[in-house]
Amino acid sequence: MKTFTAIVKRDLQLAMRQGMDSIMIVAFFVLAVMLFPIGVGPEANILARIAAGVIWVAALLSSMLSLERLFQIDYEDGSLELLALQPTALEVTVMAKITAHWLTTGLPLLIATPLLAVFMNLPSEGFWALVLTLAIGTPTLSLIGAIGAALILGSRRGGVLLSLLVLPLYIPVLIFGVSAIDGAISGFPINAHLLIMSGIFLTALPLCLWAGTGAIRQAIET
Amino acid sequence: MALFSGENILCFRGERTVFANLSFRIQSGEALILSGANGSGKSTLLRLMAGLLKPYKGAVKWDNENISDDPEGHNDRLNYVGHSDVIKPVLSVRENIAFWASLRPTSANIEVALEAFGIGYLTGVPGRFLSAGQKRRVNLARIIASPTKLWLLDEPTTALDIEAISNLEREIATHRASGGMVIASTHAEIGLNDANVLNLGDFQLTDATA
Repeated sequence: MKTFTAIVKRDLQLAMRQGMDSIMIVAFFVLAVMLFPIGVGPEANILARIAAGVIWVAALLSSMLSLERLFQIDYEDGSLELLALQPTALEVTVMAKITAHWLTTGLPLLIATPLLAVFMNLPSEGFWALVLTLAIGTPTLSLIGAIGAALILGSRRGGVLLSLLVLPLYIPVLIFGVSAIDGAISGFPINAHLLIMSGIFLTALPLCLWAGTGAIRQAIET
Repeated sequence: MALFSGENILCFRGERTVFANLSFRIQSGEALILSGANGSGKSTLLRLMAGLLKPYKGAVKWDNENISDDPEGHNDRLNYVGHSDVIKPVLSVRENIAFWASLRPTSANIEVALEAFGIGYLTGVPGRFLSAGQKRRVNLARIIASPTKLWLLDEPTTALDIEAISNLEREIATHRASGGMVIASTHAEIGLNDANVLNLGDFQLTDATA
């Protein structure tokens, strides 16, 4: 636990000091969503109809932006192999790095969402569903993304490869996230959607830690 | 008295045999120098000893127990200094050392570690302003700050000046006097009393036998 907090603290400290990463991700998120009213036209009904999907897809793409750097920097400066040589299990380290990733990307996205919901004329019934699904969904995205981030270690042009690896795995989260919001707007109960999303999260937690750690060990060995 | 040993290690990198039938043993208070030409496998052997790599054949053992049976336990007793200096450019020297020390159960004495390599005056300086030699000193101070039994040093003298090398020699001597082990690969002259030398050139397979 001490190791976990120490690594989260360090990663947050690094994110604060080197900068603009979190702000740029939120800026990308906002800009990407704002392109839609410009591209589709300012017709309020159309925007309301596509709002949930657009916001979710934009959130998913922005959380993927910083994934490449999740392990890459530590890998290049030798920190990652030194982290693997600490007396705590490597899984703890990986979990700490994923947590820090969510705190620096998922959480800021979540905070920016209400504003975008207003921009996109999202019906007010869907508002809480949007926030809730993103609150459950973004940690899942960070977890799944960690597998991709670990697999691309040591490869050049890992960024594109990373999106190819990770995007298909994001689909279930996207489907349930968007359909929960649509359900809420049409007045249906959305408990089932939220439970399935929580289920995906809880399944991803051990699986992604296991796979991510395995991929990191592989990268260190070569 | 602890014993760290390797038995009949065979190691492949890619398609090439790096070394074969390599054995070593080192006890508390001893030092082992790895020598050999570039590419003879010094770094690879150190990584095997750290548990970062697994031997294709043979075993690395601590007190006759295979280190891969208890990797975390092995990590707990070793400090590894590799080629890179693991200094984060935006963290200060103190924060860099304190972070690594905080991952260890033992409490750290960062002041002593900084003084040991004469970098007490750098505590607040961010990593990005350090020279190569200063970075190396910080990296070496890191292993003083979190004491362990076994030191694995891969070319520790790279970029160090004469003063820092003598600091390193002194720290190694103190470490050995308190029952520690040191295994170092080096080209440069480093003064260690009665250290054993393992020449990796002796374990290379010639093309005829490969």
